[in-house]
Amino acid sequence: MKILNSEITPYNIYLNRRKFIKSTISASIASSIPLALRANHSDNSEIYNKYLDDNDKLNKFSEITSYNNFYEFWAGKGDPAKYSNKFKPSPWSITFEGLVNKPKTIDLDEILNKITIEDRVYRLRCVEAWSMVIPWQGFPLSNLIKIAEPLNSAKFIEFETIFRPEEMPAQKTKLLPWPYVEALRIDEAMNPLTILSTGLYGHKLPNQNGSPIRLVVPWKYGFKSIKSINKIRFLEKRPVSTWQSIAPHEYGFYSNVNPNVDHPRWSQSTERRIGEFKRRKTLMFNGYEEEVSYMYKDLDLQKFF
Amino acid sequence: MLLTKNYQQLKPLIFILLLIPSFIWVFQFFNGNLGVNPIENLMDKMGLMALRIIILTLLVSSLADIKSFKSIIVLRRMIGLFAFYYVCLHFLTYVVLDHFFDITFIFKDIAKRPFITFGFISFICLIPLAITSNKLSLRKLGYKLWKRIHYLIYIAAILSSFHFYMLVRANKTEPLIYIIIIILLLSYRMFTKVIFPRLFR
Repeated sequence: MKILNSEITPYNIYLNRRKFIKSTISASIASSIPLALRANHSDNSEIYNKYLDDNDKLNKFSEITSYNNFYEFWAGKGDPAKYSNKFKPSPWSITFEGLVNKPKTIDLDEILNKITIEDRVYRLRCVEAWSMVIPWQGFPLSNLIKIAEPLNSAKFIEFETIFRPEEMPAQKTKLLPWPYVEALRIDEAMNPLTILSTGLYGHKLPNQNGSPIRLVVPWKYGFKSIKSINKIRFLEKRPVSTWQSIAPHEYGFYSNVNPNVDHPRWSQSTERRIGEFKRRKTLMFNGYEEEVSYMYKDLDLQKFF
Repeated sequence: MLLTKNYQQLKPLIFILLLIPSFIWVFQFFNGNLGVNPIENLMDKMGLMALRIIILTLLVSSLADIKSFKSIIVLRRMIGLFAFYYVCLHFLTYVVLDHFFDITFIFKDIAKRPFITFGFISFICLIPLAITSNKLSLRKLGYKLWKRIHYLIYIAAILSSFHFYMLVRANKTEPLIYIIIIILLLSYRMFTKVIFPRLFR
């Protein structure tokens, strides 16, 4: 299935629509949507070019939205775009559990009212040795962690994808153990590069990309960036993520992009950038070494892959 | 009961049916109609087709054991050569398009990654079969030796089905079906040819 740009609600209209819905409930809440939410977003891809690193080029909207790993909508790369049209990303809420001041469920609109949406252009490197450059819209995960009020004893943060077998057809099978879970160390979660994304290319996130809210951790393999999150749990002990539980020798907890740690299926030393013919050399931490390597200086990355 | 002649007449049709997919995919590849990761897509398509045709040749052999299907054997050589044709295209895609003749990398890949090792051995196994697929080879080698060489197809079939099984991350149903079919066909052959050959003469 091909999705035309024009078929997708532009981000600003989407936000205005939210605003409209709200205003029917309460005019005062509606007016409180920060202007910044609507700023910066446009169909014009030129505006994202200024964020690009050397040697990078933005991938097309059509590439980013037609080639996805989202096993809730089956395992083929084109499947999520084909089978995710029944998914309803709104209304949406996120539940905070575990080591928090007070467990709570917050409406996504309420969260979006409290934060500012920013543009972030990141490389995404899949463990299958392909990569893309994506202009996301989102906000630092650290902002949400502040809202969640975790206790000091919390050392890890675990995310869960929503479980809706009626809307996510593969969840009716045992393709993966559901719901999909992923986790980060708290310092990784607080790193300024780690964001929760609600849009790409100025559009709200398409269902196949993890609508309405997903994690983006650009220095880790793509499967760490869990989609359609509706539960966040703070923990003291390191949890086991979904892929790690299936094949612990293949997928480690950290799963940092590392050209020197080999994977039994795919060499990680090179990658194919979608849209390019020749493979590229894979960069340490996907090219974000400067921003993240301090967190791993005491860690044996061959062992803790 | 169909006569040899009928199967002979089927040959051109089967030839075209097995050839067309490769033309379509190569055409789509050069037209940019194979999705956003066309190299991977082309490689997967050729590989899957090769495995399916390998299974088809095994099926033909087993079918030919049954008296009323005996003459279907005339189709086996052509189908077998098509399996080799798709394996070659699969391998070429890997060498030329995926790694652009980076031979050092490719050898490391073959040595390091069991699923690629399996695929490569399977390809090597098929080479002597393709070379000796003509009547002259059969005559020169003698039926017994020729037959022995051609049992390599079972090694190739098992290795390539595992090659596929190990490649996929979670949806293992399809490769598992192929593995089961191959094991069933192999055990049937073992049973009729090796364990109780007299019973089935």
